[in-house]
Amino acid sequence: MLKGRLRKDKIARHYMLTVTILAMFVLLLIGGGLLFKSWPIIQEKGLWSLLSTSNWRPFKGDFGFASYIISTLYVTGIAIVIALPLSLLTSIYIVEYASPKIQRAFSSGVDLLSGIPPVIYGVWGTLTIVPFISEKLAPNFVEFSTGYSVLAGGIVLAIMIIPLIISILMEVFGAVPKEMREASMSLGATKWQTVKKVVVRKSIPGIVAAVVLAISRAFGETIAVLMVCGNFTDLPKSIFDACYPIPALIANNYGEMMSVPKYESALMFAAFLLFFIIVVFNVISRIVLIQIDKRYQL
Amino acid sequence: MKKLEEKIFKVLMIGSTLLIISILLFILYVILNKGLPSLSWEMISQIPSGGFYLGKEGGILNAIMGSLYLIFFSVIISLCISVPVVMYLNFTLRRKSKLAAIARLTFDVLFGIPSIVYGAFGFTLMIYFGLQASLLGGIIAISLLIIPVMIRSIDEVAILIPNELVEATKSLGATNYETIKVITRQLLPGISTAVLLSIGRGIGDAATVLFTAGYTDSIPSSLLQPTASLPLAIFFQLSSPIEEVQNRAYAAALVLTIIILILSFSARYFSRRLSKNII
Repeated sequence: MLKGRLRKDKIARHYMLTVTILAMFVLLLIGGGLLFKSWPIIQEKGLWSLLSTSNWRPFKGDFGFASYIISTLYVTGIAIVIALPLSLLTSIYIVEYASPKIQRAFSSGVDLLSGIPPVIYGVWGTLTIVPFISEKLAPNFVEFSTGYSVLAGGIVLAIMIIPLIISILMEVFGAVPKEMREASMSLGATKWQTVKKVVVRKSIPGIVAAVVLAISRAFGETIAVLMVCGNFTDLPKSIFDACYPIPALIANNYGEMMSVPKYESALMFAAFLLFFIIVVFNVISRIVLIQIDKRYQL
Repeated sequence: MKKLEEKIFKVLMIGSTLLIISILLFILYVILNKGLPSLSWEMISQIPSGGFYLGKEGGILNAIMGSLYLIFFSVIISLCISVPVVMYLNFTLRRKSKLAAIARLTFDVLFGIPSIVYGAFGFTLMIYFGLQASLLGGIIAISLLIIPVMIRSIDEVAILIPNELVEATKSLGATNYETIKVITRQLLPGISTAVLLSIGRGIGDAATVLFTAGYTDSIPSSLLQPTASLPLAIFFQLSSPIEEVQNRAYAAALVLTIIILILSFSARYFSRRLSKNII
């Protein structure tokens, strides 16, 4: 009887350990696999020339990623600039000022917004943002814009990362102890001063974490950006020009890449690049957060 | 002066909150407005005829069934991996274990990896094993994508389970495995929320299946055939020059949105309903 129970326990233990190790191993496997696939192109061109040149003529053997990298940074930058202030203001309002009823209703709304698939954002962007830019906004600044642009990508991305930032910020602000707020108020500070000097200041690590996570989400977002960015290989001169972020490059060329081996290697290099940047971002921010967490716990 | 600053910021705060809510409503309105006229019984009960890109007749049943197959098998696979992992991290390892800390960091990082990378990686795996774009390939890629979602989401609930409960079970002579069986009941709301969350993430993601599952007009009858999916039905058919085909994309967008809405509401309902088992 006991023997049977112990055997079951042993089997379960082994199974759980194996599965855990395997699941963790996926990270190494992805990194290793992509690096292995992109090795031929790195060896041929050199890492620096891949990253710093912007000649992209796959059939002549030119692979320069600079304009894709700049497009990605551009779109992500716009998204963060739009999303961060909106998310900060909103989550402060919801956590500090709103009634519990509004809080509950709002968090359902945010959950819903974060659950909407990227491709739906893409459809919405092409139907609303793109025509708005080409007909209303762009004519004020440039002569011509199709609307499929850096700005359209930035706006759509901003809306996609807002729920992510808000849900982290709401948790972070909510975690600030009530006693601290009360201590500040009892010293004569107004509600707003308390929010500004206690709640927000105490939450800075959390805010940084939220931004870093939002950046890495924006870096890798594919379909929605692909649908509104125009996908034109050239350095964008203004935010009304089309651009071509790295994930869109990978997604768009998958059909062709089979025929040219070096092309495949180059696209896998692009995937490896995304992977590498996002892993580094995530690891650094998590480790910093853990350190800060330890300090606060003392 | 003190009051003025607060007033200005309060207006800004309320303004941005209203803006975000109205964007949500606006998105839903646009999708509904475009999708409703094209949504009909024929649309969701027929496969497209004459090619999904050019044929004017038929509907999106291929995409609906494809997505359901993909997500069903992916969720089963992911559950078999995620639940044991969470149990191991929380109830077999010690609370301050190094392995558990490293594992959590790893899953956080995996959670952050974009779906296009999973798609590209899944595709290299498939080439390595000599597979064509197929249902199986799609299932593998989506499982990779949602396993970290599931692990993190269950782990969030598991971490809240009081240590006393674990100790009480063990002090009655239960083995670790038996303790875990007891705890699973406590975790049921967490697990079902995690499942719904993963379905939502997996069913709507286009970039993973773009490389791995392919696209086809018919409903797959084996694991090795390519399969259509809702996100790709939207993505491909929207770019068609033919209006009837575009309408299929809008209908697919509406169907996908309705699925997401149902998932979101039932997640709320389940987590309230099932939490009655929690001590």
